[in-house]
Amino acid sequence: MRRTTIIAMAVVLGLFILSWILRSASYVTVQEHYLIGGLKVTFSAFLTLAILSFLYKDNPFYKFLGIMLLMRLSRNRGWLARWPLAFIVGTTAGLNFVRYLRSDFMEQVSATFVPLFVDWKGVGYFISHFSLSASGQFVAIVANWVIFLGVICGIIYFFFSKEHKGVFGAASRVGIWVLMITFGASFGYTVMGRISLLVGRITFLFRDWLGWIS
Amino acid sequence: MLDVTFGIPLVVLSDVGQAISLLLIGGGLLWIFIRSLKAKEVDRRVVFLFIFFAVAAPILFPITFQEKATPIVKKLFDKVESLPAGSKVLIAFDFDPAMAPEVQPMANAFTRHCLVKGYKVIFMSLWATGQALLTQTLERVVKGEFPEKQEGVDYINLGYKAGNEGVLNVIVTNFRMMFPTDVNGVPLDSTAVFDGIKSCGDLDLIISVGGGKPGIKEWVLFVGDRVNVPMGAGVAAVVAPQLYPYYPKQLLGLLGGVKGAAEYESELVKHYSRFEHTDTPGLRMMGPQTLAHVVIMAFIVIGNISYFIGRRRERRR
Repeated sequence: MRRTTIIAMAVVLGLFILSWILRSASYVTVQEHYLIGGLKVTFSAFLTLAILSFLYKDNPFYKFLGIMLLMRLSRNRGWLARWPLAFIVGTTAGLNFVRYLRSDFMEQVSATFVPLFVDWKGVGYFISHFSLSASGQFVAIVANWVIFLGVICGIIYFFFSKEHKGVFGAASRVGIWVLMITFGASFGYTVMGRISLLVGRITFLFRDWLGWIS
Repeated sequence: MLDVTFGIPLVVLSDVGQAISLLLIGGGLLWIFIRSLKAKEVDRRVVFLFIFFAVAAPILFPITFQEKATPIVKKLFDKVESLPAGSKVLIAFDFDPAMAPEVQPMANAFTRHCLVKGYKVIFMSLWATGQALLTQTLERVVKGEFPEKQEGVDYINLGYKAGNEGVLNVIVTNFRMMFPTDVNGVPLDSTAVFDGIKSCGDLDLIISVGGGKPGIKEWVLFVGDRVNVPMGAGVAAVVAPQLYPYYPKQLLGLLGGVKGAAEYESELVKHYSRFEHTDTPGLRMMGPQTLAHVVIMAFIVIGNISYFIGRRRERRR
């Protein structure tokens, strides 16, 4: 009975969302309200959990911060809740700063320094072992050149202190092509993701609701 | 079920169904093409209807394709394959039901691979909604396909822990500070899985499955790079391009969307005959994916032809 109710709810809400295709805004709105309501409940639950996690800490400092967070409920003392919030935001920013600097900056810069001639043992060896396989030397060399030139040209595109003319302008144009291809890849992946979600929904309708497939 | 309902052999029904579906879709596209040549408008709902048919037909009448693992998937598969028996592998379920159709097949495939190799698997989630999906994997894959595996000895479920990056920042130095017990309240010290594990640095491999925040990026930033534990990931297609720069230095391998899942599943089936009859949703989904993409590409081509014809007509006027 419970399963049937859940499936019925999922079917109705799923069809409400899909009704957007037929421009039936009212059904979509119902579903949106339901979703936003659910999100509000989830956020409230998370906020409560955050406050409780402060209150249950052994350290009296955290307990104090938890009590200060609860001050938000008071009209006159509400400003006190800003202090623990500042503590949370500051700690997160501090933690992220160090990690991002290392992983997203230093590691990424070092990952860009790739050998432009992978496993190079001379022209004769290169020609005699020439292969278009994805794991072959030729593809590895091409891939590293694409990374090297792509990064340089991409950076040049965003460099506005010099006029984009001549060789500099040509590199800038290559840079915009690199960016466009990247956005295209992102878009392609997004399409794949959305189709996957549609496959999931239709599979649910055909299997769990209609029982057409096993 | 259709074959049971109508009493028709499945193979015949599937072939006939596929043929009719392809005919309908092909014929429809031709109709749209002719309409476009005559400069007549096509309602957007017709486009949606085609996408629905292209997705629904291969689900009802399965079309499967051979998948060959790309290097980025193969490297992760080979890493899991090459670990010694008894290795400690952590699989993080950092996703919600919205992402599940894409990434749950990956999580299931990783779980199967680790268990069949005899590794000790630690399951956890940084997403509240991930715990329910983790339970599904435990029920269907672990308990369903590996009934001989014991909880606490061969695998452990740590469940969900609130705190996002904060959780990672703690477990990178001490697991027990954040997870004193598993999801059932059993102290970690009394479990065989956690013998010799103090922090993430003691793990042999970490696999993060997700596509949001906190997710793979946070695992790389707060754990992988910090303690140099090998990391692999399975990710929803939408965010895959943002994570490719981490390969191969910070991520051993990456499964991007359902295609990545299908490639991993195909490798698993190729290497282990016991999985030949196991459900492979990634591979199954490639049929609808391919057909839908063909239809989308056809629409792009038709749209462009229609645009150029329209432009030429305007110039003539």
